Amino acid sequence: MRDVAIIGVGQIEVGEHWDTSLRHLALGPVQAAQADAGVAQADALYVGNMLSGELAGQEHLGALVADFAGLRGIEAIKIEAACGSGAAALRVGYIAVAGGLADVVIVAGVEKMTDMLGHDTTAALALAADGDYEAFLGLSFVAVNALLMRRYMHEHGYSHQDFAPFAVNAHKNAVNNPYAMFRFPVKAERFATAKMICDPINLLDSSPICDGAAAVVLAPADMARSLNTAPIRIAASAVGTDSLAVHDRRDPMVLDGAIISTRRAYEQAGVGPKDIDLFELHDAFSVMAALSLEGAGFAEKGQGLRLALDGEIGIDGRVPVTTMGGLKARGHPVGATGIYQIVEVVQQLRGLAGKNQVKDARLGMAQNIGGSGATVVTHILERME
Amino acid sequence: MTVPRNWRLQQQRYRLVGEVCERCGARIFPPRDLCPECEAPAKTPFAFSGRGEVYSYSTIYHPPRGFEEFAPYTVALVKLEEGPMLTAQLTDVDADQVQIGMPVEMVTRRVQSCGEEGAIIYGYKFRPSGFHQSQT
Repeated sequence: MRDVAIIGVGQIEVGEHWDTSLRHLALGPVQAAQADAGVAQADALYVGNMLSGELAGQEHLGALVADFAGLRGIEAIKIEAACGSGAAALRVGYIAVAGGLADVVIVAGVEKMTDMLGHDTTAALALAADGDYEAFLGLSFVAVNALLMRRYMHEHGYSHQDFAPFAVNAHKNAVNNPYAMFRFPVKAERFATAKMICDPINLLDSSPICDGAAAVVLAPADMARSLNTAPIRIAASAVGTDSLAVHDRRDPMVLDGAIISTRRAYEQAGVGPKDIDLFELHDAFSVMAALSLEGAGFAEKGQGLRLALDGEIGIDGRVPVTTMGGLKARGHPVGATGIYQIVEVVQQLRGLAGKNQVKDARLGMAQNIGGSGATVVTHILERME
Repeated sequence: MTVPRNWRLQQQRYRLVGEVCERCGARIFPPRDLCPECEAPAKTPFAFSGRGEVYSYSTIYHPPRGFEEFAPYTVALVKLEEGPMLTAQLTDVDADQVQIGMPVEMVTRRVQSCGEEGAIIYGYKFRPSGFHQSQT
């Protein structure tokens, strides 16, 4: 197996792109990533996307994105793993380069969510859950997370207000990210009065529905060393799975998929949680942020929220999370999110995160979760010296 | 929701039929023909009592397409007395009366109606235990 590096990144602002179709969203990020890498040719394109069929009436996205990104003829395939699609596509690109089947690979995440009305988008997102035994009964994807949040509060004795630090931190960091959807701070006091979505989840617990696209270029690490840009090595790439339905889990309050995925990643990289300088976690809902911190080994069961309450998740904290705004404030264009996370970790490791720079960042971890924890994709990136 | 898809799940939707593992005795719902506890083949049908308790719950104000007529409605994770957990809507109860640990029982109710022309689809919901007695 060969070492794999990320040699270029690109992204567009997350938001409501009324004037841009699904097929056009990825063009800018792909070109930006290629320009950043200084490499015009590529051997393959892998596209992370969850809902193009449901929300844009368009499947067969690999060839379409390739064609409209100026890459007609290239090997191109769509990868789907619900909200974990972006990182799953990176995993496939990594396998291709590490295995020696391709040299230069472009991985793009793209999602167009704003064309449909609310009830349709809600029904589409529920496809991440168990169709016959969750969604059939009227569960929205928010509701699945609300069931987790209510139980988390009950078992561990937290109030709803205790979750506020995740949103406050995410919004604070998004202020300095020109690609973020919500570039404004929120106060913890507003948390108590935010609009209820699905009791106990309110608007400030939730990531927004939005459009977005991001891309990275991969190459063998040996080749990357000869380029001008500071290459970032993929020190670990791992996937863990669990049941789709929350009710089928060993313990719904534990993300077994995250435990499996991060353990594999730590083993590959030869590191542990204490070595990670920043953690781009999957804060689709605030309870997911807490469960992710626990699943990734930063906190014991029930203590993930404690890290946030103790002020440990800020840029200068012990475990900086959502350093560019996270899913909450940068936005969560579902199938693109995993690539945004990777782009942001690369920015941090290159020392280009501006006011949000984590000091001396050398090892960054990104974790992209499909569904309520059924697919968990973890990547650890390392600054190459 | 197509007719065959509902038809093949009628034993689960109407009677909560799962499976029992002949090797370790685990009760399994929904059926998966493979014991999640010991990984032995498990194809012996087992009808659950329909009694359980609320493990967690939430009220949905923004329903997915197809469920607008029910909103707001309360959903729950229900821990069945035989062991497994399932997800269901609660019925015959006000949202603010629901609590974790509350005993509930299965009833058969309308789950979806697919427009004027479409089939009315029934399935399980759960209501507070002893609901019938308390009403009569």
